[in-house]
Amino acid sequence: MKSFEYATPRTVDEAVEQLAEQWGETEVLAGGTDLVTCLKQGLTAPKRVVSLKAVKDLKGISSTKGALTIGAMTTMGELAGNAGVQKHFPSLATAVKNIASPQLLSTGTVGGDLCQRPRCWYYRNGYGLLAQQDGKSLVTAGDNRYHAIFGNAGKAKFVSASSLGPPLIALGATIKTSSREIAADKFFQTPKSENERETVLNPNEIITAISVPLSGAENATYEIRHRQGLDWPYVTASVAKTNGGTKVVLGHVAPTPWIVAGNDAAQGAKPLSGNGYKVKMVKTAVKRALAAASNGASN
Amino acid sequence: MATAAWPGKKDRSLIGKSITRQDGPVKATGRAKYSYDLNPPGLLWAKPATSPHAHAKLVSIDTKKAEALPGVKGVWKDTDLIGEEVRYIGQIIACVAAESEEIATEAVALVEAKYEVLEHQVIDNDPKFATGRASEQEVGKVADGFAEADVTIEGDYGVPVITHCCMEPHGQVTEVRGGELYAWPSTQNVSRWADRLNDSVGIDRAKMHVDCQYMGGGFGSKFTYDKWGVIGTLLAKQTGRPVKLLLDRDLELAIAGNRPSGYTHIKLGVKNDGAITAFEGSVVGTGGGGGYRLRAFPYVFEPKNRKTTMKGIRTNRGGQRAWRAPSHPQTCLLTFSALEDAAAKIGMDAAAFYKKNLNLTARPDVYAEELDIAMKMIGYAEKAHLRTKLDAGPVKRGLGIAMHTWGGLGHGSECRVTINPDGSVKAEIGTQDLGTGARTVVSIIAAETLGLPLEAIDTRIGNNAYPASGGSGGSTTTGGISVSTRMAATDALNDLLGHAATKLGVAADKLEAKGGRIREMGNAAKSMSWADACKMLRTGSISKTGQNNRTEAQKAGLIDAGVGGVQIADVSVDTETGVVTLNEMAAVQDCGLIVNMKTCESQVFGGVIMGITSALFEEALYDPTTGRMLNADMEFYRIAGIKDVGTIKVHMMTGEEYEKRGIIGIGEPPVIAPAAAISNAVANAIGVRVPYLPLTPERVLNVLA
Amino acid sequence: MTADEKTNMQGKGLSRRGFLKGVGAGGAVATIATGCSTIDRDGVVSLTPRGPENTPITLNINGRRRKLEVEPRVTLLDALRNRLDLTGAKKVCDRGTCGSCTVLVDGEPAYSCSMLAVEAAGRKITTVEGLGSPEQMNAVQEAFVENDAQQCGFCTPGFVVACTSVLDKNPDATLEEAQAGCGGNLCRCGTYVGMNQALMDAAKSLKGGA
Repeated sequence: MKSFEYATPRTVDEAVEQLAEQWGETEVLAGGTDLVTCLKQGLTAPKRVVSLKAVKDLKGISSTKGALTIGAMTTMGELAGNAGVQKHFPSLATAVKNIASPQLLSTGTVGGDLCQRPRCWYYRNGYGLLAQQDGKSLVTAGDNRYHAIFGNAGKAKFVSASSLGPPLIALGATIKTSSREIAADKFFQTPKSENERETVLNPNEIITAISVPLSGAENATYEIRHRQGLDWPYVTASVAKTNGGTKVVLGHVAPTPWIVAGNDAAQGAKPLSGNGYKVKMVKTAVKRALAAASNGASN
Repeated sequence: MATAAWPGKKDRSLIGKSITRQDGPVKATGRAKYSYDLNPPGLLWAKPATSPHAHAKLVSIDTKKAEALPGVKGVWKDTDLIGEEVRYIGQIIACVAAESEEIATEAVALVEAKYEVLEHQVIDNDPKFATGRASEQEVGKVADGFAEADVTIEGDYGVPVITHCCMEPHGQVTEVRGGELYAWPSTQNVSRWADRLNDSVGIDRAKMHVDCQYMGGGFGSKFTYDKWGVIGTLLAKQTGRPVKLLLDRDLELAIAGNRPSGYTHIKLGVKNDGAITAFEGSVVGTGGGGGYRLRAFPYVFEPKNRKTTMKGIRTNRGGQRAWRAPSHPQTCLLTFSALEDAAAKIGMDAAAFYKKNLNLTARPDVYAEELDIAMKMIGYAEKAHLRTKLDAGPVKRGLGIAMHTWGGLGHGSECRVTINPDGSVKAEIGTQDLGTGARTVVSIIAAETLGLPLEAIDTRIGNNAYPASGGSGGSTTTGGISVSTRMAATDALNDLLGHAATKLGVAADKLEAKGGRIREMGNAAKSMSWADACKMLRTGSISKTGQNNRTEAQKAGLIDAGVGGVQIADVSVDTETGVVTLNEMAAVQDCGLIVNMKTCESQVFGGVIMGITSALFEEALYDPTTGRMLNADMEFYRIAGIKDVGTIKVHMMTGEEYEKRGIIGIGEPPVIAPAAAISNAVANAIGVRVPYLPLTPERVLNVLA
Repeated sequence: MTADEKTNMQGKGLSRRGFLKGVGAGGAVATIATGCSTIDRDGVVSLTPRGPENTPITLNINGRRRKLEVEPRVTLLDALRNRLDLTGAKKVCDRGTCGSCTVLVDGEPAYSCSMLAVEAAGRKITTVEGLGSPEQMNAVQEAFVENDAQQCGFCTPGFVVACTSVLDKNPDATLEEAQAGCGGNLCRCGTYVGMNQALMDAAKSLKGGA
């Protein structure tokens, strides 16, 4: 790990000022569960790390005007343990509980979950976010069992690692940042070059809060995982049913959370050489999430 | 006169009981100092620079920039390797030692090397990459065997390369003072860790002091000093300071040892009544760049007509090392998969099929008894079903059986037992405790022999200054150290009894040590305390060295080799997600005379869990294009967590028939059968074989698709 | 950059605030030209960035205040192990997966390999050494020893801390709830059977049962 300087701003404005306008020059430190690993892996070598720990007003969950507002520095454990979240948003509570590691729940933050970098093993082994070598995709030619089956026509083949993205999109949440409000379904993007990241955030923009409307939607998340303890899911499905219809959002199947039709969730899937099995998993996860939402019981 | 023969059951106060390991408290409180934990004053941190290419000619190494980094104190370059080939990613080419771990890590990135990149090959399972001549073996005539068969089945089965993934990585702390080496390696071979190290470091073997009090797992991969031992010693010599060199996790997984793969095509001939008539199996696999051979194939069941061929695939991966029960887990999976597929093909219950063929095993009676016990433990009669009768609904349940065998004869060992005039007793032995409870075993044997409580023995292990003992591999430690300790303690006791004999007026050969007293056999009235007896030693201590002479000890019934075990797995498979859940595992095991029931059972539980882990999770995955191990971490190189292993029931075979064989090692056997039992259970649950381990959701869904 | 340079407290020609910004953006930074390098007592918050060289912090570990100087890049685990010789927390995966480095931070279990030491300043840190000693073990340590819930022992301190945390919060935990407290820890020797029993025994003893 290269050395860096460390800033501890106390306000959102101060934090923004400490951040550079170019990706990679500075990094935002929230819970650290992903950033510290990225630093060790040399995936980023910032000159400055800006810690949000001392920034006021980024923590806590409050209920206002028909919405639940979750501070970006709220830990995942606080989110899952919140009575309002458990009552109204079992899909969020389940998505967090499935992370299964008390250590990650106590330190990982809501904002950090949305901004964490992909776990693609080509990326994590230093071959770049898009894993290109000599103009070819290492992913396509290699072991892509955990890679994208949707939205993989471009160079990006990794899957979004966010646990909260799918349920937040299904629930129609809004992401508030230091400079704007972004609908959750507009928050993630598929990078087209190594200089882009997986969200629409600017390098000097931080998430301040997430607002989830209390729409009364029946909602649930179903996750297919290998280990019962800490593990990355194969596929997750988050659903929210309202009178207006059913929203189904998949996790870990595309470079972003992926919105699908509930009655034909696998439509448009384009598996790579080694991940066709995920199509079956998508169907199962959606079926079980829909059933759970009706029963009021997430897995 | 005390004799070395093990005391009978009624005379044993410690042996065979459930005794808490003595170093439990220091470990559970974080006070035990492992090699990785040692911070001697002036310590430097060393980090290796490694090849980023799977196969290349190394042209040059330039460490100037690394040396210029403030805080860097020493640099080592593998100059012998320049002009030669590097054979896998992670191969060490240089090393830096620095004032802090952070600086060392940063400096490694500054080491510059030039390579001419060559073609690499990392695929471990495709026969087309197999090279060299196949080794072929035929017993009987397979053609005749198949002619005799009513039914012939054929199948492909496979086990991938997996790694040891020791929690404490390989490496050591080294210091060179006054021309002498002080080394604290993480090793399973403290007495001989340094053997031949003098060739590379120019320090006399007699001036090498090796100490390892606690070590964080070896499983067969930590017998010698390795390249990092040489580098650490040379850097310590160069800098005059202690040097800590332990591998980071990615290197630990990629280069510090792995278990070879095995992929087979098997043809099996059976009669309609289940009798096996012929076996033919060809295996390919890789252990990296070196040779390849799986032993014991076919496994446990040896049909009269059998033929095997074996061929290695050379890969640009880190090299193989012994991995708990070398060869056996692989050949067990390959063989027992075919056996249960054959039983299914003829519509025969698996247990009945095995029973029908027990005459093809080395110990029919033991397996028969163990199989019956395991079947009762798992509720076989109630749960078993044929592969053609699957559960309704998406989640399907099944049972699977496998059996194993292992040697486990105690290794060569010496132990010194000293009885002091103040009554204290010291046992010194150059063995090591990998977590098996070896330290406690020495105390138990010495205390039992001397009729003292466990705490009365000051047991010292883990240092090559003590009498030499073998490396802890192949389930040889408990037998080896028990006999050498028993011999030394018996010898020392007899000396003490000689002193006591005069005082008590009883012939020495009529005396015994029991309950902290020296007494006339069968007459507690004529006795003296241990302390009083020792006081008679005024002039000096008694110090005796005992040996495990393997042949004699086996003849005398102190140790033996050859155990059997039967395991039955009960699994559920979610056919819509592919997830395999282990409900229950029954493990029945014999290992002769058990020294410590508690740590012995722990070995079986641990072995079963490690076997479950290999069945469900483990595979070293390599990228064909770059040649890099993709999951050299603990995120995607998965090992089982506490909720992944179901309920495990262990039954140890005890009783006169087993105990009279003496001590037999237990580390390897229980790890062998779980994968085969689980694979069979999955096949029984879903009606079709998932041919290759690990039994991941993707593999299950792929065979069901 | 002139406005920025006024705030440069380190005299290195780079602003300690907004040094990476272009000239245009940098203009706005002059608003805190009076920013000073004051660090609060424990090195928790400072008004100007610190490092990359050593910076002073105080860590509150096992009830003791330990002053040390660390670069911001040093993890809490490395500070504990390499600078304070508190080696109970182990380095195994070093990537926040295996749990061997687990410590309590403000009473909650955390991977110390994934937390910077500077981030831990001012927080209450408990390591396995702070839970008990060989002479006086806590209930979980006792139960681990008694039930042989350890073999090589390298993962054990991490499990002990995680188990202590879950049972302290909920001594009435069912086995499944207690196991969930270990969901972020891994053992290679396969000591889970002893651990299950240890969890139940420790829960019983924490409740004051026999």
